[in-house]
Amino acid sequence: MQEKEAVIEIKDLVKSFDGRRVLNKVNLKVYKGETMVIMGGSGCGKSTLLRHIVGSHMPDSGQVFIKGKDITQLPESEFDKIRKRFGMVFQSSALFDSMSVENNITLPLREHTKLDENIMKIMVKMKLELVGLRGFERLMPSQLSGGMRKRVGLARAIALDPEMVFYDEPTAGLDPIVAGVVNKLILDLSKKLQITSVVVTHDMQSVFSIADRIAMLYEGEVIAEGMPDEIRNSTDARVQQFIKGSPEGPIRFFQEGDDYLKQLTE
Amino acid sequence: MANPVAIIGRFGIETKRHIVGITILLAQVFYWLIIGPFKGKIVSRRSLFEQMVFSGVRSTLIVFFVSLFTGIVLAMQSAYQLEKLGATMYVASLVAVSIARELGPVLTALVVAGRVGAAITAELGSMNVTDQIEALRTLALNPVRYLAVPRIIALLIMLPCLTIFSDLVGMFGGWLIGVFNLGLSSGMYIDKTIEFLELRDIYTGLFKSFVFAGIISTIGCYMGLSTKGGAEGVGNSTTVSVVASFILIILADCVLTGIFYFSNM
Repeated sequence: MQEKEAVIEIKDLVKSFDGRRVLNKVNLKVYKGETMVIMGGSGCGKSTLLRHIVGSHMPDSGQVFIKGKDITQLPESEFDKIRKRFGMVFQSSALFDSMSVENNITLPLREHTKLDENIMKIMVKMKLELVGLRGFERLMPSQLSGGMRKRVGLARAIALDPEMVFYDEPTAGLDPIVAGVVNKLILDLSKKLQITSVVVTHDMQSVFSIADRIAMLYEGEVIAEGMPDEIRNSTDARVQQFIKGSPEGPIRFFQEGDDYLKQLTE
Repeated sequence: MANPVAIIGRFGIETKRHIVGITILLAQVFYWLIIGPFKGKIVSRRSLFEQMVFSGVRSTLIVFFVSLFTGIVLAMQSAYQLEKLGATMYVASLVAVSIARELGPVLTALVVAGRVGAAITAELGSMNVTDQIEALRTLALNPVRYLAVPRIIALLIMLPCLTIFSDLVGMFGGWLIGVFNLGLSSGMYIDKTIEFLELRDIYTGLFKSFVFAGIISTIGCYMGLSTKGGAEGVGNSTTVSVVASFILIILADCVLTGIFYFSNM
């Protein structure tokens, strides 16, 4: 494989919450321009991993490099410079609900650029056109449906023309058509604008339609990593179980052990 | 039954955690107030203005009613006592001094703690549990600079203004009783008010309200920004914010009154 530039590099990341180890020595590289999908079951630590990349969580040990800089060591002001180069789409959209759609998207522009108000207005229209929501500028987030909120969230994330965009469950809770639209948006952005994307999801349809590479996270560890075909043909029974969504397999849904009776009668 | 030592211990640990948290928040607020402008990161004038309108202008009606009736009650109660001494005309001075020194600043602060402090905590708290604070961070916007600083400055400016307003309205309430019930002449009531009221009474009152504004807004922002655990968490933080503000306002009032009026005796 040819040597590519790793934009994001995660080294031996360890994180515990209340004594429970959520991430256990995670190692991962994301290369420039690619769409990396991190998949895994609920609670496997994939959202936590993403929050480490954007600096919302600090690891117990290990490092996260973005463009060669270890963000776990950076002072806040330095990290903010990196933050301006990425966008984040939240699972809950996280739109500012006291602001209109337009102001949600204008906020990063107003705070970080010296653009004229009229130019900002035009930029907002362009971003909304990209996500198919032109004409919705004046609405408040509470007047939008879940899918529309997600798309406004995406428009806000790309307001500053970032080099990287991170998506936390971008299609969760959306109807299949809107999910398809969001998937297409993610693809378009990465292909047309050469944006590096990291997508956290457990929506298998989404995984195989957008991924350049896939990593599967299970119990805080990366158990498989590779091209979509490699993952699809993986011999790891856990990966196969996850892809097929089968209730039987090495990944147990029910708790093991014979202490059930004991717990019932406690 | 819970172990009382454990309860006290837990309370101590919690209190320490809050004190550390508030100190960090204050340090950040001072950083953005003093060093921020040199780095070209001035607090947004627009959001400061919005907060001043919300915390100040929109509080005038409730402050008006609370102060007016307090002035009226104060005049009625003191008239009843002073009548026995045949000193009804001193109602004016009693009302003026008690309102300027104590009731104006304290009652206004309590009303504003209930209205504005609670609103700050509820707003920032629900922003926190719906990831909006985190969204601000990922947009490279510091939540302290963007949310806390305008709210704190706005209240530091507006609460003393509201207190002046409250002082005037309270004295007007007293004047209503003095003139229409006790039969004092309007001129004499105003004369007695000015005669006994020292400038010191007013500026110590205003200084107090400045301190109260710091308490209300800092606690409000701190509780909001440290909210966890969904809707219930927002409710809890809001309650704690108002209760803590109330207690600290009265405590600070006690300490400041001691310093202003009893320290050089």
